[in-house]
Amino acid sequence: MSNTRYSSDHEWARCDDGESATIGITDYAQEQLGDIVFVELPSIGDNFEAGDEVAVIESVKAAAELKTPVSGTVVEINEDLEDAPETVNESPVEDGWFCRLELSDASELDTLMDEDEYQEYTSNLE
Amino acid sequence: MLRSPLHDLHIELGAKMGPFAGFEMPLWYPDKIVAEHKHTRAEASLFDISHMGQASIVGEDSASELERLIPTDLKALPVQKMHYCCFTGDNGGILDDLVITCLGQDYFVVINAARKEHDLNHLRTHITKSAVLEHTENALIALQGPKAAEVLLRLTPQICDLNFMTMGDFAIKGVPCIVSRSGYTGEDGFEISMPAETAMKLAKELLNEPEVRPAGLGARDSLRLEAGLRLYGQDMSTDTTPVEAGIQWTISKSRRSGGARSGGFPGADIILDQLSSGASRRFVGMLPNGRAPVRHGTEICIKDGTSIGQVTSGLFAPSVQAPIAMGYIDRNYASPGTQVKLLLRGKLLSAEIVRLPFVKHRYQNTVKIQSSSTGGKSNV
Repeated sequence: MSNTRYSSDHEWARCDDGESATIGITDYAQEQLGDIVFVELPSIGDNFEAGDEVAVIESVKAAAELKTPVSGTVVEINEDLEDAPETVNESPVEDGWFCRLELSDASELDTLMDEDEYQEYTSNLE
Repeated sequence: MLRSPLHDLHIELGAKMGPFAGFEMPLWYPDKIVAEHKHTRAEASLFDISHMGQASIVGEDSASELERLIPTDLKALPVQKMHYCCFTGDNGGILDDLVITCLGQDYFVVINAARKEHDLNHLRTHITKSAVLEHTENALIALQGPKAAEVLLRLTPQICDLNFMTMGDFAIKGVPCIVSRSGYTGEDGFEISMPAETAMKLAKELLNEPEVRPAGLGARDSLRLEAGLRLYGQDMSTDTTPVEAGIQWTISKSRRSGGARSGGFPGADIILDQLSSGASRRFVGMLPNGRAPVRHGTEICIKDGTSIGQVTSGLFAPSVQAPIAMGYIDRNYASPGTQVKLLLRGKLLSAEIVRLPFVKHRYQNTVKIQSSSTGGKSNV
């Protein structure tokens, strides 16, 4: 888990190979959204800057978006989410990943929070 | 932020709280909306709806006084019977929707939380011969679902005589309550009004029953939407008439053109004209293709992108297992089966116009024990 970094918008990015990162939403975010019923994923080859909206997430109650915490090109998407969006509730940081980006600037990861910092950040939220 | 008398219970149950019409109310409990929704359709759920307004109109002229504001034949409403109505405005628009119960010469109303102040002011401005009393001292809970009657019968054997859209006084586990057989889910169920200080005891008694689980306002919204029930402020407003909103059945025959007491309510000329010639737009149900929920404010279009209406409510419906939506559409496109487009995130998504409700109403008149409630045919 030490390779996982977190944004203040409750997204995570995990980089195991130094070149690409898998991204998704945190347990805190899925808890806030409630039952997730629809996910719209990006397409492979799409380019994004950090902060761009890469996916649409809809719960029964509300619509939200996944903003990528890192810049890069989409190389893999989790198509299973299209038929089973509830996976994001059940396993937000493992099976509920959204997509993998080939990083355009791996140093962006250093600007994000680590596990301890993120825990402290959420514990200070209401 | 106002709190319900059941606030501490919601916290104890682990509710996710949120603001609603000036109140801090439970949006969902740890089971979350989908499970609460499905439990309501299968068993019974307890909803706290204490944010809603409760008031009485007291005095011998109350029926006539109210009929000047509401296009319903209140004089013909039998004692203890309830009627779904609306307050109309001078432009024919809906000022609020409400459920009214005849208590003899007096009437009891349940009004929307967000319109409470408006409605009480409206009543007090126009009603001069009767007194308008708000019952802020009362809590209001709803027990909804096919097992609701069975549960309530266990606690109150006298409840077996209570028919759909009827109200009566009962003691539930020793707590004096006003119970009505009504609700906002499309299922059989009850709404129970009681003094705030007794609400906690009664809510806990009900939650002790094996069939009953708590449900929040999130599930209440998804359930009412599947049942095709309009939400004031979203599906209806001062800019929509009862005819446009498809609730023209709330306008009694005697108050229509040619009726014994025709008109005599705000906006009557506009509304009665729409009743005879039809409104230019109509309230319809829609089934969008795919899985994406379509929300309030989405444009309804034809193929070339020309707008023909707007979605007013929509979500991914837990029991239908598909997105559903309701909204206003040009009457030329309002027939069930018509294919339309919805403008979603810059793309045109196909949808079909369908009849409401999306899930058949299962209102009941008799208390059936050990049955899983086969569907009734009543349509509200």
